[in-house]
Amino acid sequence: MKPEDCLYAETHEWVHVAEQDGQQVATLGISAFAIEQLNDLVYMDLPASGRTLAVGEEFGEVESVKAVSPLYSPVAGEVVEVNESLPDNLEWLNEDPYSKGWVLKIRLSGNEGLDALMDYAAYQKQCAESG
Amino acid sequence: MVDSLAATPLLSWHRSAGATLVPFAGYEMPIQYGSIVSEHQACRQAAALFDVSHMGRLRFDGEGSAELLDHLLTRRVVGMKPGQVRYALMCNAEGGVLDDVLVSRLETPSGTGYHLLVVNASNRQKILKWIAPHLAEFPTVTMSDRTDLTAMIAVQGPRAVEACGRLFNADLSKLRYYRGVVTDQFSKPAIVTRTGYTGEDGIEVIVRAEEATRVWENLLLAGRDHGFVAAGLGARDTLRLEAGMPLYGHELNEQINPLDAGLGFACNLEGRSFVGDEALREAQRRGPARTRVGLLPEGRRPVREHCNIVDGDGQVVGEVTSGGPSPTLGHPIAMGYVDNALSQLGTTVQIDNRGRLQPAVVTALPFYKRGQ
Repeated sequence: MKPEDCLYAETHEWVHVAEQDGQQVATLGISAFAIEQLNDLVYMDLPASGRTLAVGEEFGEVESVKAVSPLYSPVAGEVVEVNESLPDNLEWLNEDPYSKGWVLKIRLSGNEGLDALMDYAAYQKQCAESG
Repeated sequence: MVDSLAATPLLSWHRSAGATLVPFAGYEMPIQYGSIVSEHQACRQAAALFDVSHMGRLRFDGEGSAELLDHLLTRRVVGMKPGQVRYALMCNAEGGVLDDVLVSRLETPSGTGYHLLVVNASNRQKILKWIAPHLAEFPTVTMSDRTDLTAMIAVQGPRAVEACGRLFNADLSKLRYYRGVVTDQFSKPAIVTRTGYTGEDGIEVIVRAEEATRVWENLLLAGRDHGFVAAGLGARDTLRLEAGMPLYGHELNEQINPLDAGLGFACNLEGRSFVGDEALREAQRRGPARTRVGLLPEGRRPVREHCNIVDGDGQVVGEVTSGGPSPTLGHPIAMGYVDNALSQLGTTVQIDNRGRLQPAVVTALPFYKRGQ
């Protein structure tokens, strides 16, 4: 995944939608900017496959030495795959947050939430303003 | 409206080093320069420098200084010899902790004796107000708040004394733990104490504010080949938690007495009177209702401050006061208060970690002891 090809939530999750077996599947992760801000990751909690998520629903958390950060789903649908190895290999999030560090795959129930997401340029602007 | 933040004399240095700055006790302070874990590890393996200039430094001069402080602190101050440093509590009449402090008996090279009280940044104004009426009863004593005129730097770690000792006009290798000396660095006055808040050996240095950056850079340079780094409040907190040291506002406050906090060693209750002594004697007779303990949470999910501790029936039996991952041990650790009946080492309790119950074992403090 290239960061330029992803869409971004204000809460720093990235989403990449592709067609898979005739269905729209979103791969979701955490932006490199957010990972850098979090610093020193120590723990991650992810949902099980099969769980249905609504737009904006909290589905897990990532913890740094100092703080807990909830993860929110910017899209709606069913979790069809979870990067189970990620919580044991948190360094992947630092090394490669857009490929090896992917978090979930969600089979979309519709286009809900997608319109609210930012493209790469808009997200870059948000990061520059907050950073 | 946001009040403007105070700056320590080292703020420009922190900024130029790329520190992440946060408001802390009214000061703009570095929380980290890069990685909290790396700064933590540097302190355990070599040494780390901390700007602790935000902490209050109050100097007491004149006859009766020892008696005044003796009246205000849980620890004996009368009889301290020049160079001695003691950890003590300042309590209110109910025995609640107003602050935890370091009191030093110092002597200048010309032989002038005085006492120095180092207080928590967040408590400084409260303590100044608390002392004022007592001070009025000791007309020969003068108190001067030296906080803004000076800077304080902690160099903590196994290589600290060896690498930094030669910078000062005093043989620091002979300076024992909890001893201090008034000396100089390149002819500029400096107070050096062998104290700290990380569980490591090390020194804390007080210099004039205008000398702060030069001294900081000299200390950093002295340890360059040893791997010294600048470290922020983030690492200071993980280090002191591993060392089982209480932090005011977390393990200590005005509703907690030093005995429940496990600080009986810092209370001399025999044969002397001080503010809060009656209440502490009563607390001693009664025995603790709650006890400060170490907690080892099961699994890898860190537990945090304010998580409730519950028993098997779901009854709240305590609260986590500090918690997080231990960079040295590689698993979560926490401190908290539990009902005394559950404070036995090895007792399993449940921690309500944001809605999920996580078992934890009551364990001895500290989690980390140097040399082990």
